[in-house]
Amino acid sequence: MVYLTRKAEFSASHYYNNPEFTPEENRRIFGKCNNPHGHGHNYTLEVTVKGNVDPRSGFVVDLKQLKEILTREVLDAMDHRFLNKEVPEFFNRIPTTENLAIAIWQRLAPKLKAAQLHRVRVYETPDLFVDFYGEA
Amino acid sequence: MKAYLTRRYRFSASHRLHSDAMSDTENAATYGKCNNPHGHGHNYTVEITVSGPVDEKTGMVCNLVDLDDAVHRQILDRFDLHNLNETAEFAAQVPTTENLCRLIYDILQRAFHHAHLEMIRIEETMLNSFAYAGGEEALR
Repeated sequence: MVYLTRKAEFSASHYYNNPEFTPEENRRIFGKCNNPHGHGHNYTLEVTVKGNVDPRSGFVVDLKQLKEILTREVLDAMDHRFLNKEVPEFFNRIPTTENLAIAIWQRLAPKLKAAQLHRVRVYETPDLFVDFYGEA
Repeated sequence: MKAYLTRRYRFSASHRLHSDAMSDTENAATYGKCNNPHGHGHNYTVEITVSGPVDEKTGMVCNLVDLDDAVHRQILDRFDLHNLNETAEFAAQVPTTENLCRLIYDILQRAFHHAHLEMIRIEETMLNSFAYAGGEEALR
């Protein structure tokens, strides 16, 4: 088993708000992140896949295909977008880094054929990141 | 859905590696430059990983405000710009980064209850890092 990690970057805006909470609760729990006009981050995404090395190609996965899947499923949908308003997963779910990692996993897992998704890591800033391994 | 959240913090401190259980010659041989009696310092980076189910209502493993607050009060206020050898925690152990990892893990495990403490990883310099997951295998 060999693990392969590919990085990508995207920039997006978001804000945190739960309509079930009162405005006061939203401000208390989410602080500055509750500003309805949103704020932005430069996200770094690290996608790790695992698999056996194909004896003919020497690859775990064709990096060109992985890059295409990443671009199509994640970057085209999220780069330079307001996550709350433009990415369907976040119409009714708060676009925290945790939920972003889960949404990216759910977009990628069904599209990967040769290799198996091992980990999705999303950096919101260089000092804050979330890992998701797909457990229920 | 279980997720792992990692936050990086920084502090600067001085230390001297010296064991009372060894002779001066042994100390010098074991710790080399780090045995200099006047001590020396590092800019430490501490990476703290916590885990847990993502709360449906907040979308969070834990509120970062709570984690930041615990780390500032329990770790950074205690060690930042201090001489580690002079702290009560290192009165009876050598302030290696291995021991610092275990100590920070134990302090946070007692003080932070908003999520499961998974791992402490400390970069002593850009070339050295140490990790401790409470005695468990580190998940990576």
